Amino acid sequence: MIDGWSVARALTDPASVTRLDAGAWTQLLSAARAASLIGTLAELMADRPVPYPAARVLADVRLSNQTGLRQALWEAECARLALADYAGKVVLLKGTAFAAAGLDAAQGRSIGDLDILVAREGLDQVEALLLKAGWEWVKPDPYDDAYYRQWMHELPPMIHAERDRMIDVHHTILPLTARPKPDAAALIADARALPSGLHVLSPADMICHAAAHLIADGDLSGGMRNLWDIDRLVRQFVAEDAGFPDRLAERAALHGLGEPVERALRLCYRLFGTPAIWPIRPAVSDALYLRRITAIDGWGRKTRKLTRQGFYIRSHLLRMPPAMLARHLWTKWRKGHRG
Amino acid sequence: MRHACFLTVGPARFRIGSDWRAPIDQLRALYSDYPMDEVVPDFTVRLQATSALRRFVRPQVAIAGDFTLPDAVPLPLHHGLLAAEMAMNLQMALGWRRHLLLHASAVSRQGRAVVMTGVSGAGKSTLSALLAERGWRFLGDEFVLLDPETGNIAPFPRPISLKNAAVAAMEHEIDDDSRFGPVLRDTPKGTIRHLRPRTEWIEQMARETRPGLLLFPRFGFPRAVRRMDEAESFVRLTQASTNYVALGERGFDALTGFVRSVPACAIDYATGDEGAELVERLWSETGAGAGDRAAAA
Repeated sequence: MIDGWSVARALTDPASVTRLDAGAWTQLLSAARAASLIGTLAELMADRPVPYPAARVLADVRLSNQTGLRQALWEAECARLALADYAGKVVLLKGTAFAAAGLDAAQGRSIGDLDILVAREGLDQVEALLLKAGWEWVKPDPYDDAYYRQWMHELPPMIHAERDRMIDVHHTILPLTARPKPDAAALIADARALPSGLHVLSPADMICHAAAHLIADGDLSGGMRNLWDIDRLVRQFVAEDAGFPDRLAERAALHGLGEPVERALRLCYRLFGTPAIWPIRPAVSDALYLRRITAIDGWGRKTRKLTRQGFYIRSHLLRMPPAMLARHLWTKWRKGHRG
Repeated sequence: MRHACFLTVGPARFRIGSDWRAPIDQLRALYSDYPMDEVVPDFTVRLQATSALRRFVRPQVAIAGDFTLPDAVPLPLHHGLLAAEMAMNLQMALGWRRHLLLHASAVSRQGRAVVMTGVSGAGKSTLSALLAERGWRFLGDEFVLLDPETGNIAPFPRPISLKNAAVAAMEHEIDDDSRFGPVLRDTPKGTIRHLRPRTEWIEQMARETRPGLLLFPRFGFPRAVRRMDEAESFVRLTQASTNYVALGERGFDALTGFVRSVPACAIDYATGDEGAELVERLWSETGAGAGDRAAAA
């Protein structure tokens, strides 16, 4: 039975999978789909010989990629129109940003919600404009709503009533309860304008955001896809700018994200052979991270339950101090038992 | 997974894995006429226990696979066959891209198909089952697959999912118990029993056919027939398609091409026999019956 490493090998060495038999292809496709990387795999295999039944699955995925890309860019355009009266910068984040900026990382990437970053002072106006343009709240629960507004790095998620697409409006890139305090004003000040008038983060800040999201926030679910983003971004940025490693070091230090970025670069190096742009200082815990990140099987199931639970608990500890976490879980637990 | 099987229905290939043996055995029995080659599938379906404990104690089947809905309700293990069917439908509805998918049933004669669409309970499934026992070729009771390039219909002749009163009606029509699956009582949709299509329709499932007539049947109303124009048919079918939006321009072209190429009617009928007779009559009145007339001449 395969695991996430097989997907990583397929992505880094597409020529190697052309030799797989039907059983191995079946498992690879399921694992890649579960890791949200089948779109990427499909693009990488586009011009290579693939046995017919697998080839037709990948051809379908490429069609879906086109639709997904078009929908994501259209959603960004809708947000731009809705926010035309907002004077500040609207910064696209994650997948939509890669797509809008035409980066290699957008190749076959699945894009779900639209994520944008605006200045915290502008939140009220942005929220009002979006509501006026047809977005509405997803979470009607007053505790969740209040929690988001007090402690999170984003507004509670909104969904567009007609297009059924979600938008996450960020004012910084980590929850306010997390230890690192990224410099949100610097993120916005350094953002690059696109021809549409929308913005994307500077190259170094893109890496900082991806690393913060992966290492300093969540439970590493979707970790492989996040690391693949970083791999593609790093390869492209280094090729375009020889001074990029130093620039990244400066920005990571500014945002207090030196450790997460270093960890992310190491994991990328181990998993995808990403060029080591910083000196590699191996850590014993890397193995545990990789064990978590590759916890998928050939049926697309999540495996290694204990490891996953460990990282889940860690994600909560990262987000808030223990006393606050206890209060939060108590409230959530009581609500769960009321309903 | 512990138990698994492969199934091919029309152009779609499935791999189904299960934590329990029973649903796989039931699938193998119900699909005994279908190809079961272990080829790279289009979709993987997983019937898995909601927790390690729930594999043994009051076992609950969670529907999972390549495509899932976040709020899918688990089913008890004795409805495992239904869970498998629902999971396969879900893969098609959310994941299929090679054809425009219409939530509809279809039968054909002389190489031309009648497509019948409507909300759940409108009777499209039963009507297709009935016609398939009366000389029509069965193409499918759940999804009609329209090829965006050719405008042809690719058959998707799964076992027919009969519900409630339709179960007794078809048991009365068909005097062969081996054509039926197990009776599933108290499901979220009431009593369900699957009917296996005649072997010949499964053997011919790779053979495409042309669309000839589009019907919007409603069961349980006084008999009525109303012609429907292209615009109304189009709008209704966008509602009845699960992947119209996902196909983008290909979907639009396929659907506009379809509604322009066939006459359409809304039909109301009070009994199954009346419905079947209405379909026969409309078939011979519209140009689609040309083949029949030619054959009779």
